[in-house]
Amino acid sequence: MSDQTHHYKVGEPIRDTKAPEGPIEDRWDKRRFSAKLVNPANKRKINVIVVGTGLAGGSAAATLGELGYQVKSFCYQDTPRRAHSIAAQGGINAAKNYRGDGDSVYRLFYDTVKGGDFRARESNVYRLAQVSVNIIDQAVAQGVPFAREYGGLLDTRSFGGAQVSRTFYARGQTGQQLLLGAYSALERQIAAGTVEMHTRHEMLDLVISDGRARGVIVRDMVTGEIETHLADAVVLATGGYGNVFFLSTNAKGCNTTAIWRAHQRGAMFANPCYTQIHPTCIPVSGDYQSKLTLMSESLRNDGRVWVPLAKGDARKPADIPEDERDYYLERIYPAFGNLVPRDIASRAAKNVCDEGRGVGPGGLGVYLDFADAIARLGRDAVEKKYGNLFEMYERITGENPYETPMRIYPAVHYTMGGLWVDYDLQSTIPGLFVVGEANFSDHGANRLGASALMQGLADGYFVLPTTVGDYLANVKSFGDVDPAEVEQAREAVQQKIDKLLSVNGTRTADSYHRELGKIMWDYCGMERTEESLRKALERIPELREEFWNNVKVPGDPEGLNQALERAGRVADFFDLAELMCIDALHRTESCGGHFRAESQDADGEALRDDDNFAYVAAWEWGQDGPTLHKEVLDYEYVKMTQRSYK
Amino acid sequence: MSGMNLTLKVWRQNGPSDEGRMVTYKVEDVSPDMSFLEMLDVLNERLILAGDDPVAFDHDCREGICGMCGMVINGVAHGEQRATTTCQLHMRHFKDGDEITIEPWRAAPFPVVKDLVVDRAAFDRIIQAGGFISVPAGSAPDAHSVPVKKEDADAAFDAATCIGCGACVAACPNGSASLFTAAKITHLGLLPQGQPERDSRAKAMVEQMDLEGFGGCTNTGECTAVCPKGIPLDTIARMNADYLKASK
Repeated sequence: MSDQTHHYKVGEPIRDTKAPEGPIEDRWDKRRFSAKLVNPANKRKINVIVVGTGLAGGSAAATLGELGYQVKSFCYQDTPRRAHSIAAQGGINAAKNYRGDGDSVYRLFYDTVKGGDFRARESNVYRLAQVSVNIIDQAVAQGVPFAREYGGLLDTRSFGGAQVSRTFYARGQTGQQLLLGAYSALERQIAAGTVEMHTRHEMLDLVISDGRARGVIVRDMVTGEIETHLADAVVLATGGYGNVFFLSTNAKGCNTTAIWRAHQRGAMFANPCYTQIHPTCIPVSGDYQSKLTLMSESLRNDGRVWVPLAKGDARKPADIPEDERDYYLERIYPAFGNLVPRDIASRAAKNVCDEGRGVGPGGLGVYLDFADAIARLGRDAVEKKYGNLFEMYERITGENPYETPMRIYPAVHYTMGGLWVDYDLQSTIPGLFVVGEANFSDHGANRLGASALMQGLADGYFVLPTTVGDYLANVKSFGDVDPAEVEQAREAVQQKIDKLLSVNGTRTADSYHRELGKIMWDYCGMERTEESLRKALERIPELREEFWNNVKVPGDPEGLNQALERAGRVADFFDLAELMCIDALHRTESCGGHFRAESQDADGEALRDDDNFAYVAAWEWGQDGPTLHKEVLDYEYVKMTQRSYK
Repeated sequence: MSGMNLTLKVWRQNGPSDEGRMVTYKVEDVSPDMSFLEMLDVLNERLILAGDDPVAFDHDCREGICGMCGMVINGVAHGEQRATTTCQLHMRHFKDGDEITIEPWRAAPFPVVKDLVVDRAAFDRIIQAGGFISVPAGSAPDAHSVPVKKEDADAAFDAATCIGCGACVAACPNGSASLFTAAKITHLGLLPQGQPERDSRAKAMVEQMDLEGFGGCTNTGECTAVCPKGIPLDTIARMNADYLKASK
């Protein structure tokens, strides 16, 4: 079957995700018991490659090392401690129910499935909620300094999409503290000799031999040398692809290259269009802007979001009286108020700005106001909770949020889509496992706040080490790696580098990246229509063609060449952008972070189409366009309902 | 737009064996809302189009937390703005006509890779020596089994905020890594979980720090003055006390 107007073919559905049968609360136990174990003496002879050292990759590499495997870990930064998990601010969810406020594993499971707008797998999400409690124990034992109360016990706070207080936090630096915990575990294994660390190395291709993932081709970013590293299994923990939009809250180096190359080598890519636009970021200030900065969602616990009632009201916020303000989240969603999930808060901000009621330069901003919180709790209490966030805001904008409301606007923050994985976190390529944001597995069409840290660490500390062992128990049958496959992968990497350096055109890679990002933001951003997506699908190939004929990449393949690194990443973003738009075009419903303007209810809320779209869209790469494989989603436990936070 | 016109004097060094030199560049029409790194982005875009080699510098999160960026700006690590990483320094703190010198961290244990990029792997090796609590995944007791006094937890957190950027070393006249090492020893040493390895940790980390060729601490305090996270100087006293106790 083929559909020219939709740019893709339809293939066989995916029928087995390898989740065990039976009651949902027993499935992970069952899987752990059925997983084959590897004899400790044999583990020493088994090699595993882990690419990426964020929460998922760092914890995975450390844990595999603890188990006795020989691990090689790679990161593009100068040390594994820099991975972008470090920037997560708000917190990490766990179903500890330390507050006795009615939380449970089941409730965290339920909230996550609902928050994901019924586009995540029940089995995976339930397991995530189960192991969430172990993560907090592990982190505390490592010395992660979570916030505590005067009695010495852990403090928690509430977060968007939940009515219980289950978010553990370390001031506004929870990601940093959790990452440094995983990093310290990793460094301990490096010292113990179980993990060999390769910093400033970028993965550029995957080696497949006899149908199995058996290694990676990397570039030493200091010498420029192309290296081959072989192993018995490969784990990708390379994060999300939000930088396809150029402007996002991702670190500048975050890129799609590792997962995109794996995709081109046969790993299916699931739900690429599911993008999370975070509602509380600092607005763009000029056309030189290189990235956007997030202000933690936890601020919505105490900050009130508003815009002027009247269009084009240019008065200072302090001069606008209460009755001329519109606290629109509290008005539209009285049950959740300022704590509605991210997708809803973002679109509401877009809507009021589209109505001409936005504030700040260009009218692309809304106020996040702490005046009431300061009056209620005192400035000191507010400072204790959010001090570092307020400082960060002032450093960037030059405005003091204790005195004048913050200006915020939505920005690309997280990508729920990623490489397709089964219950074992294994991709469609045997031996290629994918963890953390790089996979698609647990968040459906929208991730709840404080759940990314939970998923990364669940995958890395607890899930992967079990499931990868089951795969490696059969290592004897793998055979030697075919040298021709290695040569072919190296050749492909070398050719691409040579090509980029030889164009010698008139525009920089960054300028193309900016233009691509603008296309994606305008046509495949917070609101998508058939028309906008078709426009994007026209523009992307044109711009890609121009890029390959007119980009200017200076310097040599040898040595440190940051312009070359960037150009290679931009090239892959073009291809990914196209797939995102195809996915967004085919999914004519709205769900979670994917809002199709054609599919909304009378109140302008996202309207799902469960009859036709309750499936995971897994895309297979092909020279002449992708092929769609559907994995139907069954909901045995959580009844599919239209989400309501009113 | 009436932006600022600036003169930059930038350290250029094509690899560890190159001697290196200051090179002067003019940048025009710089907006006060730009970050310092965005200003360098603008310069680099221009250099690329002119067929010149862009200035290499490390950076990643650009929100002051990953610790990857760092340059000595007008003689001060991360620039004169207190408690601010280079990426969070904004051009509104400069004025039209300013001349700005930009250099890499300079310390023997941080060899220059290229231009403003240095190799800080010595920090990782200090952590490898003992900057952890030995707790394999799966073996942890319930998080509430050991309460921690709030003051201890808060003080441990303050030390744990170190981002490992290396500004402390760059600022120290002795090229000492004491603040970095002491921050980790303090963080873990203040928590009950960190007690069993407290002595061995302090000893091993201090010895590794010396082995890497970092200088000794003479209480100059330049480190804490430039530290983007304001790690306090008294962490070093704590490190010394723990080290002495462990060496007895």
